[in-house]
Amino acid sequence: MIVALKMIVTIRILVVLLAFPALGQSIAIRPPHTVIAGISFSVTTEGSGSATFYLLGPSHVVKKTIQLGQDLPISGSDVATSGLYQLVACDSSGCSSADLYVLPSSPERLSFLVHPSRVPVSTANAINATAVVSDRFRNTVVAPVTVMFHFSSADARPYSRSGPTSRGIAWLKIGSTTKQGPLQIVAAVGETSEARVIQQVASEACGLRMQATSEARSVRLRTDPVRDCSGNALPDGTIVSFTKVDDAGRSTVDTPLKKGVANAQFTLSGRARISVACGVVLGNEVSIAGQP
Amino acid sequence: MRRLLPLVIVLVTGALVAKGWLRAGGLQVRAERSAGTAEQAVRSLMADVQAHNWDHAYATLDHANGIQESDFIHEVAGSDGSLRTYSVLQSFDLWPLHADADRSTVRVRMNWSSAVGSLDDLRDLSVVRDGNVCRVVWPKPNFPNVPLQVLPVNYLRWDVIGRRSDDWGAGSVDAPQVRITSMNAVERPDRVLILGEVENEDTVPAYLNVNATLLKPDGTAVEEQGSFDTISHRLLPKQVSPYRIDFPGLRLSQVQSVRMDVRALLVPASADPVISVENQTLGKDALGRKILNGALVNQSGEVVNIAQVLAAFYDSNGKVIWVSDGYVDQALLPQAPVPFAVNVPEDVATRVQSYRVVVNHYIAPTA
Repeated sequence: MIVALKMIVTIRILVVLLAFPALGQSIAIRPPHTVIAGISFSVTTEGSGSATFYLLGPSHVVKKTIQLGQDLPISGSDVATSGLYQLVACDSSGCSSADLYVLPSSPERLSFLVHPSRVPVSTANAINATAVVSDRFRNTVVAPVTVMFHFSSADARPYSRSGPTSRGIAWLKIGSTTKQGPLQIVAAVGETSEARVIQQVASEACGLRMQATSEARSVRLRTDPVRDCSGNALPDGTIVSFTKVDDAGRSTVDTPLKKGVANAQFTLSGRARISVACGVVLGNEVSIAGQP
Repeated sequence: MRRLLPLVIVLVTGALVAKGWLRAGGLQVRAERSAGTAEQAVRSLMADVQAHNWDHAYATLDHANGIQESDFIHEVAGSDGSLRTYSVLQSFDLWPLHADADRSTVRVRMNWSSAVGSLDDLRDLSVVRDGNVCRVVWPKPNFPNVPLQVLPVNYLRWDVIGRRSDDWGAGSVDAPQVRITSMNAVERPDRVLILGEVENEDTVPAYLNVNATLLKPDGTAVEEQGSFDTISHRLLPKQVSPYRIDFPGLRLSQVQSVRMDVRALLVPASADPVISVENQTLGKDALGRKILNGALVNQSGEVVNIAQVLAAFYDSNGKVIWVSDGYVDQALLPQAPVPFAVNVPEDVATRVQSYRVVVNHYIAPTA
């Protein structure tokens, strides 16, 4: 790639140097000022006889023999990449050159990135959606276009936002909804759309409570269904920590949620204080009398 | 001449064998195995344990308590893939505690060289006189006898499947969200320690590493270290682990600030086994050192081969002021309590207001 670019630069320098003697000569080429990528067009040439024509693009070089004084057709496939092109014609008397700017064609592709792939519910500005608009040749469409972002999840009404592109990129930040589950985000420009799905997951536990059932020398503990402040059940496997302090010392157990609740059992030695926590969230504390 | 050569060869061979025996400590071993005194009896027993000479070790024990050889070997050499099965007795120290005509007590500190470093085992052994010989009374092991039962195990496990998509933005899953919830820099006489806790805030398991870089006033790094094995690397959702990062040979006066870095990976994991930590108390061991001891109970149905205890100690402000760790050299059989103890420095113990213990575990893959 680097070698090819060096070759192109070298050829351009040579061609420009060759073109200096032609100043004031009759050979000339007149392309349109701008063309659309992938669209064929013609270049007007002046002079007589045959000449060698060069089309020097950002990633493509064409060399052909032409007849001066005739329109020169350029195939759309030779200008698929947007950017600045240089056209040069040379005959025995010298060279003539002109510039041509190839613009991206209409938006036909979307590159779409949504971050993060998992997001806690009810979190402001947590979801970042970025769309890069390009034409069918993967040229970034730098002209402003409006990208529509459609959001839909199972338990909420779908809604949409729109945003203009800046240098081909449109982005927005939104907050997550209050319900956990998949959230589909579709970016659309005209007939083109691209979908991504992220997971909205339960946030920190809220109102964590446990019930204690005392037996002869032990106590069984069971939490109420563990939910976040929006009422979403924390996923099974989430760790809940129980701590008991009694005459025998401190006992702890980290137990995962199963079917939404956590269970534990401790033996008792005298009066015990038992607390529960999930991550950094503390739950209630119970005091229970056991046999010493 | 015909008889002289074989005679010379036999004599030279004998001399070489004797030299090798002497150089291998044969005299010392022989002395250790003669048991005229209580100390010699214990020394002989330890020498046999070092040499894995179980038959002789068992033969020198006092059998009045009905100890079986298999139980003795089971306890000393370990079983069920425990850490002890990966250990050898590297050295031992002993000193008498009490002695009278028929019975003595000898304290022995065994230093085991194990797969995770050296481990100390301190025991007070009774020695009884049997005629001219002293015999060690090895306490009869009390192995747990869990009744036959069916234990349903239906904890969650998480698998990571699929592969990354080549399309930009099309198929990525973020690494778990983890957070350092506390950090404290502590100076000890020979080192600087970075202590704290880290939480997996996500809904998927995480494999994490915590690294710390000590920075000079000009912002350049003094040293970078990781938490290595003083952390629970695999954290389930909402699980909290203490961590400790050691910087040997440094002083806090050399450090202006600390840069923390926690990296998490998405990994498969299982919520099984659940290990409870029971009857934790701060106390002293036989040598008078401050310890936190208790018992681990494997509440699941699978044998846990190696368990590591991590304890975070807090002051009255809830700040982490110390993190200790220790390995348990017995396997955790289902429902059977196994004692543990971790050291707490004397000066730290006086400031400890609360503590919290988590357990790392290793389960050997089954064939």
